[in-house]
Amino acid sequence: MVEPQTEPVPRRRTGSPWHWLLIIPVVVPLLFFLFNSKNPYFLGFPRFYWLQLAFILLSVATTLIVYRLTRTREG
Amino acid sequence: MKDHLAEIIIAAVIFLAVSAIGFIAARWRRPDDMGHLNEWGLGGRSFGSWITWFLVGGDLYTAYTFVAVPALLFASGALGFYAVPYTVIVYPMVFVVLVRLWSVSHKHGFVTPADFVRARSGSSTMALLVAITGIVATMPYIALQLVGIEAVLKSMHVDPTWALIIAFAILAAYTYQSGLRAPALIAFVKDALIYIVIIVAVIYIPYKLGGWHKIFDAADAKFAKTHGTVLNPGNQWQYVTWALGSALALFLYPHSITGVLASRSRNVIKRNMSALPAYSLLLGLIALLGYMAIAAQTTPIKTNGKADNNTVVPQLFDQMFPHWFAGVAFAAVAIGALVPAAIMSIAAANLFTRNIFKEYIKRDATPRQEAAVSKVASLVVKAGAVLVILLISPQFSIDLQLIGGVIILQTLPAVGIGLYTRWLHRWGLVAGWLVGMGLGVWMLYQIPNPATNHVHFGGSAFPLSKWFDPTSIGLDAKTQVYVGFVAVVANAVVAVIVTLICRALRASDGVDTTSPDDYLSDADSKTPPPLAEDQLPEPVPTS
Repeated sequence: MVEPQTEPVPRRRTGSPWHWLLIIPVVVPLLFFLFNSKNPYFLGFPRFYWLQLAFILLSVATTLIVYRLTRTREG
Repeated sequence: MKDHLAEIIIAAVIFLAVSAIGFIAARWRRPDDMGHLNEWGLGGRSFGSWITWFLVGGDLYTAYTFVAVPALLFASGALGFYAVPYTVIVYPMVFVVLVRLWSVSHKHGFVTPADFVRARSGSSTMALLVAITGIVATMPYIALQLVGIEAVLKSMHVDPTWALIIAFAILAAYTYQSGLRAPALIAFVKDALIYIVIIVAVIYIPYKLGGWHKIFDAADAKFAKTHGTVLNPGNQWQYVTWALGSALALFLYPHSITGVLASRSRNVIKRNMSALPAYSLLLGLIALLGYMAIAAQTTPIKTNGKADNNTVVPQLFDQMFPHWFAGVAFAAVAIGALVPAAIMSIAAANLFTRNIFKEYIKRDATPRQEAAVSKVASLVVKAGAVLVILLISPQFSIDLQLIGGVIILQTLPAVGIGLYTRWLHRWGLVAGWLVGMGLGVWMLYQIPNPATNHVHFGGSAFPLSKWFDPTSIGLDAKTQVYVGFVAVVANAVVAVIVTLICRALRASDGVDTTSPDDYLSDADSKTPPPLAEDQLPEPVPTS
């Protein structure tokens, strides 16, 4: 509280619009018609299993991008 | 017993060594005053990225997950894999929501979700309901950690009762002494052990079984009649609502909130949301241990003539690994149960202290008294969990855990929605909670468990056909959905309706003591972090 920073000016500091990107990794893994099948196989895994594991990468990528775009300077 | 001697000795030695770490933890990042609730209950709010990663990870992936998820795949096929989408979607959701909770809690010194609700809704009734909900939902969850340990003990042919009591007494002692620092420090060892065990398991076991395709073939053969290695129209909505409901429930649990509030800044949380899914990958591979057990023709241990599916993974390890490594694996599962049990009991104790003791019993309690009460409360919570496990059969305590998820979800409007808007009236929140809780428990009551011959509280999936004909809205006749999901929707609808009524009647609403900027504030220069930089032991390499 030493420096009052730029107090009243940026009223709309509310979450960056980039946060909306996070809807993608929340919705996609719930769309069961995307993965509810055995074919094609990948490394011996039926699609049901490998595709859902692949969604982990989707989640990591999206959260990383949003973090980079919204991070605040840390002292 | 003789066969298992090597396993028992190795598991016991590792377990005791880890317990010693729990006691030493009180000196780690030594606080000025361990008598303060911020120190005992939140580790001084000073944890950086690495510690938070291990702590929250240790929080979320419990022995129950390691034992029960593969057991579900073993017994029911694809349905059990819901744990993967659940742990994938939870992080993006937490990213935006819990960062706000961290900010407002940091600004106002909140320790529990009920603290927040008290300040936000201005309703001490709602805060009390949130506190009670949290404690009630946490207790069986702690008891469930014991199911994991018990499964391991059964596989080593050790009488579970005394071993369990000793393990829990040790846990209680070091939690009492070291507070949140104990599980945070042990989490490093726990995760290192679990990573080693699981990486070995998912390479070595498929290799011995002849490759992944053999494993999936065996599962296909077992579930051929129902095509159970993928979803069918009857259980696909169950899959989705389980995943979504579990994800929503997870970050309402007091213990996950405790883990998040203990971190140092917003960036620490955000960074973790990208790093935590590494655990999801682990979880997906652990889940498939259930299919490996099918391929390896593992037989679960029978208790009173009934197969205990929880023992499938320990039995698989016992069957596939050399004795010494099975011992390491068993220790990993047991310690993996104790870390979350410690965090959960601390979180439940904090709720009791802040929102029941301080609110209703001793309003002028000092932080030192709060810490003292919390320490004792953590013992009481754990004693309750031990009683649950000793008095009630494990199958029944699993049924209780499902109720735990349904119960904690009813705090979603007050905590989750409350972080974004104060539009809901305080009496709307209370009414919604009452309806959601009533409906949820009533639905659970109607679900039988054919496997154990229980007529009530047999599961968490509710067949819609009990209410109406699902085909009339284009769903499969056998469609089931997660009770918690239905109950929380009812909760929200009632909250909205009662809010509209209260507004129309001009019923007075409580005072919100938070301001919009509080939800975005970050660690500032006013309170320098108690310890400058992370002086954590370097992250343990796991390979």
